[in-house]
Amino acid sequence: MYRYDQYDQTLVNERVAQYRDQTQRFLAGTLPDDEFRALRLRNGLYIQRFAPMLRVSVPYGMLSSKQVRMLAHIARKYDKGYGHFTTRQNIQYNWPKLEEVPDILADLASVEMHAIQTSGNCIRNVTSDHLAGVAKDELVDPRPYCEITRQWATFHPEFNWLPRKFKIAFSSTTADRAAIRVHDIGIQIVRNDKGELGYQVYVGGGLGRTPIIGPLVREFLPELDLLSYCEAVLRVYNRLGRRDNMYKARIKILVKETGLAKFTEMVEAEWAHIKDGDLKLQPQDLERMKSHFTEFAYDKNAAADTTYADRLREDSAFAAWAKRNLKEHRQPGYSIAFVSLKASGVAPGDITAEQMDAVAELSDQYSFGEIRSTHEQNLVFADVRQQDLYAVWLRLRELGLATPNIGLLTDLICCPGLDFCSLANAGSIGVAQDIFDIFENLDYQHDIGEIKIKMSGCMNGCGHHTVGHIGILGVDKKGEEWYQVTIGGSAENDASLGDRTGPSISRADIAGVVEKIVDVYLENRHSEDESLLKTYRRIGMQPFKERIYNTAPAAEAIA
Amino acid sequence: MSALIRNRQIVPNDVTILDDEAAAPQNGNFVVSLARWQKDNAQLRSLSVDVGVRLPNTADLTTIWAELEDRKLIVLDFPGFADGRAYSQARLLRDRYAYKGEILAVGGAVVRDQIQGMQRSGINSFLLRADQDPNVCLTAFDDFASAYQRATDKDMVIPREHRRSNSL
Repeated sequence: MYRYDQYDQTLVNERVAQYRDQTQRFLAGTLPDDEFRALRLRNGLYIQRFAPMLRVSVPYGMLSSKQVRMLAHIARKYDKGYGHFTTRQNIQYNWPKLEEVPDILADLASVEMHAIQTSGNCIRNVTSDHLAGVAKDELVDPRPYCEITRQWATFHPEFNWLPRKFKIAFSSTTADRAAIRVHDIGIQIVRNDKGELGYQVYVGGGLGRTPIIGPLVREFLPELDLLSYCEAVLRVYNRLGRRDNMYKARIKILVKETGLAKFTEMVEAEWAHIKDGDLKLQPQDLERMKSHFTEFAYDKNAAADTTYADRLREDSAFAAWAKRNLKEHRQPGYSIAFVSLKASGVAPGDITAEQMDAVAELSDQYSFGEIRSTHEQNLVFADVRQQDLYAVWLRLRELGLATPNIGLLTDLICCPGLDFCSLANAGSIGVAQDIFDIFENLDYQHDIGEIKIKMSGCMNGCGHHTVGHIGILGVDKKGEEWYQVTIGGSAENDASLGDRTGPSISRADIAGVVEKIVDVYLENRHSEDESLLKTYRRIGMQPFKERIYNTAPAAEAIA
Repeated sequence: MSALIRNRQIVPNDVTILDDEAAAPQNGNFVVSLARWQKDNAQLRSLSVDVGVRLPNTADLTTIWAELEDRKLIVLDFPGFADGRAYSQARLLRDRYAYKGEILAVGGAVVRDQIQGMQRSGINSFLLRADQDPNVCLTAFDDFASAYQRATDKDMVIPREHRRSNSL
């Protein structure tokens, strides 16, 4: 993974000093509230329902064991002993003290981490495929491109005061695991007819209250032009994005209101001026960055192991975990192992300090000391020898991190909701638990197959509900928590927005409605290979609607 | 009273920004709005003093550059703390049009916490917001010794350093 050099380290150290000074001026009363707010947000610090919330950046989901141990230390020393992994691969702490945040940042800087631009109207953390570098369906490793982009975006002087937040994601695989088309810029790394590397560029996707699947703005951008093209997009946005209404300030609205053809023309015109300037990458820039992401020294004899097959035969619980939580590695004899943060009774994405320490330990022992966070709020050991999987599983099981549900219904993603977030209309964690209770039987979940449930406590959509196969959105109705349900969303290559089922559903009925949707799906699917998404696209909303509302008398129309 | 920082020095405030209705002073340089510059162009150009032009942050430089290129002073407007449009204007003036004159930032965002970013975008003088301590503001230029972007400043630029060390 990427390691800081002297320049990177100096920069984050300087940032800690700068933020400490800002905090001190705020506490001394010389920095006005609203200005400190804008500045602290650029360091990931929100003031939430009960306490500040600090969001720490995990660039494209890559973590070293040393970093995870520091995250555990921070959870213990400054928080209540746990952290929460987000849908953008970052980690949040829900209980830090405002005065202590500079110290937390100093601790983070000591392990090459920071909270820079994890919030505020600026370029946010760059995200990507959590299986980058080990995925079988990958064209090239996207991480060098992510890191180049991260550095360009960090403290970019021109783009620190944008109309609204700005998110960039990379994918380099046929199956998009980074949801690039719901990002402000989504970049698909491709090869053209001549075999040259480059990018397809999507601009103006996004979730929130106006969900839009990002349109293609450039079919092929040459590899060395990555930054100049991003700069052109951002410059058009910074100059022309709406600032009169925060709900219309994202670039998706600019693209929509300007029209795709006109918007593209403006970007291309801007780009023509700068494409051969300072921002043009040189081959050596890429070489240098790629050298940070070389393959590990894999055990050449790993595939000769026979104990893994024996364990699978002997231990059905292990076999169930292996079936669900392992993915194929491109190196023979290795597997990709998912650490499920979706256990019953735990808020999705939450992890305790003790679990973090143990995960760090396991990664040191069995996975080259690296851990990844996923945008579906789980962790990954990307490089585990098959002969070690049993030991890894045993330990994960002791830790409560081995729920064999990756990709299944209870592997749902969810924002913190009303329990923590001051924006939320409704709780999401409790609903997650109700769904867990109904579908507790894992065999049943396996029969159902892969269903992505995504849930947000408000229409800002941190839980990506609009692209869930089943989406659940918390709404406030006269002070009560109600839920709008959608079916048919997807964040993958076939990206689509879910359709509303109809009137919103009460808190008491929401988990039952999920069960009804699943029932209709099971009754109608042609085979186990036909996913909910496919079935829905074939049979439409009607059968689902009838089941949900005919037998859900508590539902009522929203005026 | 607002203080003026020019090229990292606190200097006496010698900038007179005229309201659109105000008469031009008898002597000394002054600044007018873009609208007034366009409206009274012949008359303003006939004066023996330097007239600077203040741009609204919505101005499109591609359409007005020809009217500005001989000006010694262009004033950019940062009306609110969070409105960063003029950062792009500064970049364009320096990068696209190779403007060599003075770029002065005015408005509510000209404060300790933004002037290094402004400087790195090509702005070289700052009419500080009235509540700002100019000596505290001077320290802002040293917040970061280097940057990842090849912006229009002269500070150490990290990608350039990497290329240099690569070619050694």
